Amino acid sequence: MPSRAKAATAPPKRHRPSRRVFVVAGGVTKFAKAHPAMDFRLMVKRAYDAALAEVPELTKERIDGSRISYFSDHFSRQLKAASMVHDYLGLNPKGSVRIEWGGATGGECFQAAFEAVASGRMDVCLAAGYETMSRVATWKGNEFIALASDTNFDFPLGGFYTGYYALMVQRHIYEYIRLRKFAHIKDERQAQRLAIAEGTRIMSLVSVKNHVNALHNPYAQYPKQLTLDDALHSEMISYPLTREQICTMSDGAAVAVLCDEERAKEFSDKPVEVIGVGTGTDTMRLADRPFGQVPLMPNEKASDYANLPYPGIHSFRAGRSAGLEAYRMAGIEDPVKELDFVELHDAYASSEIQTYEDLGLCKYGEGYDFTERGDPFLTQVRYPFPTPKAGRIPVNPSGGLIACGHPVGATGLMQAVFAYWQLQGRIAEKFRDPTLQIADAKRGAIHSHAGTGSAVTVSILQRGF
Amino acid sequence: MPAPKRFSKFREVQAEIEKNGSALFVDKEGVESLIVHSPYSIHYIHSYAEDSPFFLGLAEGRLRGSRCTNPECAFVYATPRSHCMVCGEATAWMDLPKEGRIHSWTTCHFGSEAFLKETPYNLAMVEFEGAGSLLLVRLKDCVESEIFIGMPVEARFDPNPKFSITDVWFVPKAAGSPAKSRRG
Repeated sequence: MPSRAKAATAPPKRHRPSRRVFVVAGGVTKFAKAHPAMDFRLMVKRAYDAALAEVPELTKERIDGSRISYFSDHFSRQLKAASMVHDYLGLNPKGSVRIEWGGATGGECFQAAFEAVASGRMDVCLAAGYETMSRVATWKGNEFIALASDTNFDFPLGGFYTGYYALMVQRHIYEYIRLRKFAHIKDERQAQRLAIAEGTRIMSLVSVKNHVNALHNPYAQYPKQLTLDDALHSEMISYPLTREQICTMSDGAAVAVLCDEERAKEFSDKPVEVIGVGTGTDTMRLADRPFGQVPLMPNEKASDYANLPYPGIHSFRAGRSAGLEAYRMAGIEDPVKELDFVELHDAYASSEIQTYEDLGLCKYGEGYDFTERGDPFLTQVRYPFPTPKAGRIPVNPSGGLIACGHPVGATGLMQAVFAYWQLQGRIAEKFRDPTLQIADAKRGAIHSHAGTGSAVTVSILQRGF
Repeated sequence: MPAPKRFSKFREVQAEIEKNGSALFVDKEGVESLIVHSPYSIHYIHSYAEDSPFFLGLAEGRLRGSRCTNPECAFVYATPRSHCMVCGEATAWMDLPKEGRIHSWTTCHFGSEAFLKETPYNLAMVEFEGAGSLLLVRLKDCVESEIFIGMPVEARFDPNPKFSITDVWFVPKAAGSPAKSRRG
């Protein structure tokens, strides 16, 4: 290439919060295709009441303010809806602000509440999020989501997020399966078709993992005893992504209450500390993504990626940047060894595999092998295929977006609540089923992702007791 | 809050109301939710503003990218940006080659509501000789089984421009010397 974007290097400085921040309560509604008997205010109220019910000392009066997230005004045609949530909870005249950051809205809301407490502006901050996507037909909903792509250059072509993710995974498969595993095959079309078949087979393993995990999660929208065949041969949505490899429209709400150390000790004997936060960004248009160099994890070398144009459209530089920032703050150098689980934004089975690499759970290019070996699977769940390395770093033990649903503004907060319960060791109590509890989980990461990777948040949670 | 009483008045007019798509939803506990349909349409007065020369160019059969005017940078954008994302300098308009190669592609069997009637359609990201970024386009005159990454393609322009990115699309390049690939 005659001209190339310079490699983006993450700032080496280790940023720290001004004071320690803890999660002391969480609540989630069951995610569902539609909750016709609840509007967004009542949905949030239910999750909020569930959260506060756990902590007798945590009354409304103790909450200093809120950060409220929902993605799209289009879904309910109600602007300023976050004010209505804050109002419905009876929190006026305390401070509140609406958070919107595409698919990462929930993760961003969690971090906004973290910032409110870390900065000393609040001692106790409510993070609440929701989405009511059922209020329009599914394909209209897809249109609203696609409006979160450039409306001059991208949307009018047939704006469709599954299409964008298909473009990205096609290149991912090309870079890492066609050019490696099938490098010996000379016929280009044949080599690429074999690579796509291999890639989609492995993506289907992820889809099965998440649906089967969710069988043990009563909050999940689509728990399913899915087989590899079901996932592979379900309806083609955008080649090569099939229906079972994609999350669906949801209604749901989730809340988390964050506070400072003093309040955490008062409210809870099992607080969970937020020890790292990171955010990353990238170009809105896929077409503008640079072909530069990989920002390296501490356990990677530049020579690992000597011939890899990065991120191109195959990887999420925003995810890598967010991970690096959060890991630095948390003092993590090797996430597989230092994390007990990850709840990541698997809007597509493909993006789960891409995200393994972005978050340094494996090197770029190793995501497919990592999946096939079983590293992100749970030891205690029975899958319809062998997973020899299961338990190495469980990913989406809850079932992820693919099986739990993705009510956008709630999703990142749902991850926070599930991670909070994991770290408290209370999955058996909260899910009424002990299966998904990661034994002795001390530290986990949550990952929320927007657009075609235009913004990503990563937060690291750790047992604080 | 106790479940509201049933309103018999609605029952009387139910059939009439349901013609408009409205409904009374009754859940397992007998709680009634009244669901109504409300259409909504907007006519936007959209300006392409600094991107306008690109869309005007399509109407003349020209495919315009932009090049950073900073000689140290000179980044070439296949999807034009009026300021350089690398160095921040203004860019200048330039003509892109009307042929390139497929960098990635998909066939959409579903789509947003606005495009459902056009399915299946192909999307492709095209790379151009000399450009540092890509262009997303519709790929026509070929089907899923024929398309591959690296495939040479060439531009076609709508003789009756709609002043949309859909005024240009790409088709498989006719026989001839293929353009050079990004990966060589």
